[in-house]
Amino acid sequence: MSKELSTLQLAKDGLWTENPGLVKLLGLCPLLAISNTAINGLSLGIATLMTLVVSNTLVSACRSGIPKPIRIPLYVLIIASTVTVIELLMQAWLPQLFLTLGIFLPLIVTNCLILGRAEAFAVRHTIKMAIADALAMGMGFLVVLVLLGALRELIGQGTVLADAHFLFGEAARHWTLQVFSQQHGLLLALLPPGAFIGLGLLLAFKNNIDRLQQQEPKSNTAPITTNAQPDR
Amino acid sequence: MSQSILRSTETRNGLLLGAAVCIALLVVSGVFFLTRNQILDTQSTQLKSHLSQLLVKDSFNNEPSTDTVLISNTALGTNEPMRIYRARINDQPVAAVITAMTPAAYNGPISYLLGVSYSGDIIALRVTNHTETPGLGDDIEIRRSDWVRSFEQLNPTAMSESAWQVKKDGGQFDQFTGATITPRALVRSVHQVAHWFARNRDTLFSQNVSESE
Repeated sequence: MSKELSTLQLAKDGLWTENPGLVKLLGLCPLLAISNTAINGLSLGIATLMTLVVSNTLVSACRSGIPKPIRIPLYVLIIASTVTVIELLMQAWLPQLFLTLGIFLPLIVTNCLILGRAEAFAVRHTIKMAIADALAMGMGFLVVLVLLGALRELIGQGTVLADAHFLFGEAARHWTLQVFSQQHGLLLALLPPGAFIGLGLLLAFKNNIDRLQQQEPKSNTAPITTNAQPDR
Repeated sequence: MSQSILRSTETRNGLLLGAAVCIALLVVSGVFFLTRNQILDTQSTQLKSHLSQLLVKDSFNNEPSTDTVLISNTALGTNEPMRIYRARINDQPVAAVITAMTPAAYNGPISYLLGVSYSGDIIALRVTNHTETPGLGDDIEIRRSDWVRSFEQLNPTAMSESAWQVKKDGGQFDQFTGATITPRALVRSVHQVAHWFARNRDTLFSQNVSESE
């Protein structure tokens, strides 16, 4: 029963309390560069999630045979091979997406989220737990990518789910929702500063929810406790 | 004695790392060979679909995606060799698709494909790669705007250079609101490429197929 509980805890950590995108701020480079549309974000999110699951599984499976002094080169080797394989598969079967993700696909290797999870979690836990952790952390990263992408896309060009056919095939060409005309978009949102501002807004939003949740139980306790933690 | 133990651990670690590299190499090269044909297929399908947009359907009966030459000429906007695809009917030249680029754009070079008939009429123009400002300069993409279609059917060699300009420079091509440099670069580059093609078309069509890069 404790195992099930900790899987739930892992999911909560990955999606909220320890979210790689909003709390740990890992993998900022791809997060900011590829989040200009929801579909781009989703594509990179899926690729990162797949890499994370495979690398966590492999690291966890080999954990008894990994000597400490050479663990980092071994992780890098595992991660780099995984990414290369995913890149080849994508080039063969999802060429449009391969072109969209461009340099950011091979750069998943350098996403410290993946190396971080290998070192901090996978090498100390069973395969099952490592996969659960990879799914949770990968989903957390993916959700932030998609949210930021949708936000920037909506503000920047007035659409939601533009270019969905890159990922879902020709049938998805009509999924695009033009909320308002492209001319009225705020260009800033699509440019790099828009990525930083958007991420900042998401961070502020999350921190605000956390603060409200912390305050609620405290309002029942003595006011001294509230004073002990001055508002920062 | 402790030194010899240390040494043996190091040796073991080294061997382990080497073995891991070999396994990784095997896996990656295995996947490479498994996907290679699929990747080549996908690339050639994509190329053919690009070329079909740049040539008049059924006007040729060779395979332009393999009937290519590599040309280095500054008229194409770079010193790098650029690929030219040739369409023929019964070995008579019909049209060519020229890969070219212009360095004079607002934010880095614009690469494009220009389909031009043997007589010099522009069949179509497609921008393949650019880094122009989204929302301002990217109306050169066919999926955003029909602007590139304003070149179609025109023959730059039959028109005066003063007409082959954006409207701001006294010509006939629309510029974009807030972005003149991008369309101006493309308009001037197309003019240059078309004139170069008109001067060199016979040499181009008589050259042997270039080896792939």
